[in-house]
Amino acid sequence: MAAVVPGNAAAPAVPAVRTRRREWLAALATAARTPRGAIGLTLAGLIIAVAVIGPYLAPHGIAEIVGPDLAKPSAHFPLGTDYLGRDVLSRVLAGGWVLLLMAASATAIGVSLGATAGISAAYLRGVADGAIMRTVDVILAFPQLVFALLLLSILGPRLWLITLAVGITHAPQVGRVIRAATLDVSEQDYVKAVELQGMRPAKVMAKEILPNLVTPLMVEIGLRLTYSIIIIAGLAFLGFGQNPPAASWGELINDNRAYLAVNPWAVIAPAVLIALLTIGVNTYSDAIARVAIGVDRRPEEAALLDDLGPREAA
Amino acid sequence: MAVAPAPVPAGQHAAPPQAQPAPRRAEHPFRDLLIRRLAIGILTLFVIAILVFLATEVLPGNAARAALGRNATPAALHALEHQLGLDRSLASQFWSWLSGILTGHLGASLANGQPVWAFIWPRLINSLVLVAVTGIIGSVVGILLGATAALRRDGRFDQVSSVIALAVTSLPEFVIAISLVILLATTVFHVLPAIALIPPGTYAWQEPKQLILPVVTLALVIIPYIMRMTRAAMIEALESDYVEMARLKGVPEREVVLRHALPNAIAPVIQVIGLNFLYLAGGIVVVEYVFNFPGIGTGLVSAVTTRDIPVIQLIVLILTGFYILMNILTDVIALAATPRRRIAR
Repeated sequence: MAAVVPGNAAAPAVPAVRTRRREWLAALATAARTPRGAIGLTLAGLIIAVAVIGPYLAPHGIAEIVGPDLAKPSAHFPLGTDYLGRDVLSRVLAGGWVLLLMAASATAIGVSLGATAGISAAYLRGVADGAIMRTVDVILAFPQLVFALLLLSILGPRLWLITLAVGITHAPQVGRVIRAATLDVSEQDYVKAVELQGMRPAKVMAKEILPNLVTPLMVEIGLRLTYSIIIIAGLAFLGFGQNPPAASWGELINDNRAYLAVNPWAVIAPAVLIALLTIGVNTYSDAIARVAIGVDRRPEEAALLDDLGPREAA
Repeated sequence: MAVAPAPVPAGQHAAPPQAQPAPRRAEHPFRDLLIRRLAIGILTLFVIAILVFLATEVLPGNAARAALGRNATPAALHALEHQLGLDRSLASQFWSWLSGILTGHLGASLANGQPVWAFIWPRLINSLVLVAVTGIIGSVVGILLGATAALRRDGRFDQVSSVIALAVTSLPEFVIAISLVILLATTVFHVLPAIALIPPGTYAWQEPKQLILPVVTLALVIIPYIMRMTRAAMIEALESDYVEMARLKGVPEREVVLRHALPNAIAPVIQVIGLNFLYLAGGIVVVEYVFNFPGIGTGLVSAVTTRDIPVIQLIVLILTGFYILMNILTDVIALAATPRRRIAR
C-alpha cells in the first residue's frame, strides 16, 4: 500500500481525492482484465441483469395461477409450475432484485458503520479506541448468522430490519480491518502536517485519512457484498424474507424443495442463479484484492501467515 | 456459505511481537496465557449474557407479549408476566435466569411448554456430533489436498483445485446442500435420505446414514479454507532457508517435507482449522435446517420463528460460548505449535 502522497504538505486535499478516485477505477479496470476478474465480472453482470430486467420479462404475474400444479417444463412453462400452479419462470425472474437491493444496502450500511468505527478508533485512540474495540470484540464473539438471527428475533422480520441487521453484523469485521489500515495512514507526514495546521480531527479523518483507505475499503466492499448475498439469501431460505406470494430466490428454493422429486427445476433455477451470482461477485472481488494488494494470496491468508507463520524479511 | 471465517486476529491478547526483547520471562507462559485468555473469555461471555438477556427481555415486546400475541388482554398479560417473573427487578430476573442456566432449571419453552434444557440437551449432543465429525474429516482432507497442491505448485492439480476452491467458498451452504440433495437423494441418484429422520430419543451417531449429507455439506464448506491455508503455509515453508539448507545437505525430499516443512507450516493451519470450527457454530444453523437435522441449529430457527425467547437465549449463549472457547483453544494450540513464539516469550 505504498501511498501515492501529494508531496507538499500544504497541498489541498482535493487533488489527493482525485488521484485516489482514478486509482480505484484503475484497480477495478485492471482486475476486470485479469482472466479471473473477467469471468467474475461477466457472471455477476449477467445475473444482475437477470435480476434487474427479469421482472419486466416475466410472462406471468408472481401470484397468477396459470396451469396445473407441479407441471413438468413445457413450451408453455419453460421451467414448469410450482405446487400452486404458478409459473416458475416468472417467479424466478421476479425474485432477484429484492435480494440484490438488500445485499447492496446491507453492504453499504456495514462498510460505512465499520469504516467510521475503525477510523475513529485508530485516529482518536485512547478511550474511544478502547470502547469501540471492546464492543467489536463482544460482537465478534457471535457467529455472524446467529447474531443476525438474534437481532431479527428482537427487531422483527421486516425486510429493512433484516437488511439493517445484516449490515450491523458486518460492521465489526470491517472495523477491525479499517482500524489497522488507519493506524498506518495516520502516521504519515501529510496527516501530521495538517494536524499541526490545526485541522479538526473530524476533518482530518474525512479529508485526509478516508481517501487513503480506498484499497482496503474496496477489498472489504467486495468481501462483504458476497457475504451479504449469502446471508440474506440464507435468511430468506430459513423463512425470514418477503411475505408470500412475493418470493426471492432463497425463499423459492425453500418453498419448492418439498416437491423436488416432481419438479426439480423450481429449485434448480434459483439455486443456480444464487450460485453464479455469489461465484461471480466473489471471483471479481478476489481479482480486485489481488490487483489492489498485489499479493497472490487472499488477504485473510496473508494476515494469518504474518501473524503466526514463518516470516521472511520483506 | 462460505462465511469466511474472518481471521479473528490472535495477536490481540496473544504474545507480544517477537521483535521486542521480552522484559521478563514468565515461568509458566502457557499457563499464564491460558488463564488470562480464559478470564477474558468468561468475562466476554458474561457481558454477552447480559446483552442477550436485556435485548430479548426488555426491548420491544417482552416474552409474555411475544407468547400471547398482540391481542392479549391486559389481565392475561399481567398474569403471565407475574408467572414468568417479568414484574420483578431486572437484576433479580437476570440472576434467576443465569443461575437457571447453570443449574439446569431454566423454566419452560414458550412454544411447547417443555423444559428448556430438556428440549435443548439432545439437540446439543446431535450438533456436537455433527461438528466433531465434520471438523475431523474436513481437516484431514483439507490438509492432504493443500499439501499436495503446494508440492505440485502451479501444476494442473494446483490450478484446478484452486479454482474449485474459490468457487466452493463462494457458495451459500444451503445451495451446496440442495445440490447434494438433488444429486444424491431425490433426482439423479436415490442413494441417501433427503432429510435426516432421527427419531426423538435416538442420537445422531446411531443413524450414521442420516449424518452423511449434513457432514459432506459442511465439510465441503470448510475444506477449501483449510486447503488454501495449508497450501500457502507449505509454500512459504518450502521456500525458506532451512528447507533449502536441508535439501543442500542431501536430506531426502520426503523427509524435507515431513520433518522440516510441515511442522513449520502447521501453526497457521491449526489457526485456520480453529476458525473453521468457529464457522461451524454458525454454519450448522442453515445446514441442519436443510436436512431437518434435530440439532440446536434447527432449534434456533424454529425458536426465532415462534419468538420462543427462553430457547433463543440459551441456544445463542451456547453457540457463543462454543465460539469463545474455540477461539481460545485455537490461539493457545497455534501458539504452542510455533517454536519461535515459545522462545520469544
